[in-house]
Amino acid sequence: MTRRTRTWLLLMPAGTWFLVMLLLPLSVVLVFSFGERAPAGGVVPAFTFEQYANLPARWAAFKNTLTLAPVGTLVSLLIAYPLAYFLAVKVDPKWKTILLVLVIVPFWTSILIRSYAWIFLLGGRGLPALLDWVGIEGVRLINTPFAVLIGIIYGYLPLMVFPIFVSLDRLDKRLLEAAADLGATKWNTFRQITLPLSVPGVATGCLLVFILLMGEFLIPALLGGGKVFFVGNALVDLFLQSRNWAYGSAVAATLVFVMLITVTIYMRLIARLGASRDDVSIM
Amino acid sequence: MTKDTISKRKFMEEFRRYQKGSVTRRHFLNVTGLGAAAAVMGTAVPGLKPRPAFAAEDIGDRVILATWPNYHDPDNFDAFTEATGAAVQVNVFGSNEEMLAKLQAGGSGWDVYVPTNYTITTYVSEGLIEPLDTSRLSNYDPTAFDPRYAEAGSVDGQLYAVPKNWGTTGYAVNTSHTGGTTPTSWKEFFDMTMDSFSGRTMVHDYQLTTIGNALKYFGYSFNSVAENELADAEKLLIGAKPHLFAISSDYQPAMRSGDAWMTMCWTGDGKQLNTDIPEIAYVLGVEGGELWSDYYAIPKGAPHMDAAYALINFMLDPEVNAKEVLAHGYPSADAHTNKLLPEELLNDPILYPAADLLNALEFGAAVTLTDPNRAELMARFKSA
Repeated sequence: MTRRTRTWLLLMPAGTWFLVMLLLPLSVVLVFSFGERAPAGGVVPAFTFEQYANLPARWAAFKNTLTLAPVGTLVSLLIAYPLAYFLAVKVDPKWKTILLVLVIVPFWTSILIRSYAWIFLLGGRGLPALLDWVGIEGVRLINTPFAVLIGIIYGYLPLMVFPIFVSLDRLDKRLLEAAADLGATKWNTFRQITLPLSVPGVATGCLLVFILLMGEFLIPALLGGGKVFFVGNALVDLFLQSRNWAYGSAVAATLVFVMLITVTIYMRLIARLGASRDDVSIM
Repeated sequence: MTKDTISKRKFMEEFRRYQKGSVTRRHFLNVTGLGAAAAVMGTAVPGLKPRPAFAAEDIGDRVILATWPNYHDPDNFDAFTEATGAAVQVNVFGSNEEMLAKLQAGGSGWDVYVPTNYTITTYVSEGLIEPLDTSRLSNYDPTAFDPRYAEAGSVDGQLYAVPKNWGTTGYAVNTSHTGGTTPTSWKEFFDMTMDSFSGRTMVHDYQLTTIGNALKYFGYSFNSVAENELADAEKLLIGAKPHLFAISSDYQPAMRSGDAWMTMCWTGDGKQLNTDIPEIAYVLGVEGGELWSDYYAIPKGAPHMDAAYALINFMLDPEVNAKEVLAHGYPSADAHTNKLLPEELLNDPILYPAADLLNALEFGAAVTLTDPNRAELMARFKSA
């Protein structure tokens, strides 16, 4: 067996996977998106841009998604970073594993079940009842955008914590000692050493959370009471309720396209940040 | 086999979740035990059960039924298998749309299915439904059925489907928050939502009923697709939206916990809520609303045609049908069956509403379900 054949053989499983699981379905979505809705639902083949021309009808859903995804990512980051920092740098090593496992534990149960738990927690007999008891009356939490944000942060926090934890855990502690020896304040050390070196983790975490948030539909449906409408919810309705597959495909293709653009811009920004970081380290 | 059971209430909650698309079919079948039940009834039994020697004709070893959850008495299926040797394999669905999609995709493998009135003309025009040969349905007595619930089964004089059960779409209201009075109209439903019930009302996540009932506020037809009438309904819905507790068809949990005080509601849920919490009343709007009827039908190319006819005929037997009604609590349109039912069931105002309320109701129309403008209106309402 030549080296070349071996390479091809080893690439076969991944290649087949990409073809069958990624390219084929995406092609189907693209073909459908140029079709028309059949009278009884579904799709009839055609070549029309009608579905794309109709996209403004889902503008609100795109707007909501493009607001929630960055906000959700940012808030997750702000909560996850101190936690990851604590786990990686501050905590006694003998507790580290246990605490890390605790971060993962929620993943052992389906997000669906956990969201139902939040329905109860945020519902009238949950936290609001507790607040009522301490004198803060009339608080409504469930079925508000705030509830959706809570659900999202709760659901995606581990995805943010882990990459940041890994990058901070690998951080060479001697750099911090050197900085201290050279008279840097704690804040300066963090800003000039810890933070730049954790950028890869932050970038990965943000990307993971952002991409998943762009397609989210379950949490808004459950914790937002169906009143908070994202592209994911629009897609579910188009395919399962009004069965307008052609339009649904156009919305899905547009979502993929929007994601490609945002992720590309994001990668460029991160690359630039990485480059300037190198400059710093050379200095 | 251990007897794992699930309460009727829990079942309906899971069903609504599944209907809404918030849980997968697999999840639904798992938690309700229907998956296991279907698997056991479907494949394990036929090989094990001895064929009765006295069977009049050989109809094969199985029949596959596509139906709605909690809609049959399993004992009846056992009795059918006992009598004919054919095991009943049950496939449970969450919506007519999903059933239609499965049949359109082809190769469903079903022998009998349970379409709702407004889908039958679509099945006929798509060539997905078998005309019924009444000579093979000896228990079918067309004169015994209230024509109101039977007529949608025939298209252009040809019988395609025979009535199973029927029900209504009204609203449930917790009267402990109304000062003891019970509202009676859709006008009150929406007016209260925007006033004293602000933040406490739920509407279905289903355009057919949510838009239909908003149309009734103005006295328009439940099925209207007229542009100006839909525009009025849209204005009402979008005005009411900030006052809604939720847009969801999973309304039982919120009604039970007290977070929601009023919700659009189907017969079965209304009955269950009222049974457990008597303050919750089930109201049919005086302006009207929706009346629906489910049917038994055979899809084109059913693999076990003889067994399909045998099963439908068996279910139409009044003795069997009465047991079905007692098990699932939805009214039957068959006079022979109703004769066998207890008085208190027949007098239940939730299941069998007063004639004047009933007469104001309309059946959903095929075009109501498939109208693209209504689908878009719903999307605008949800994203407003």
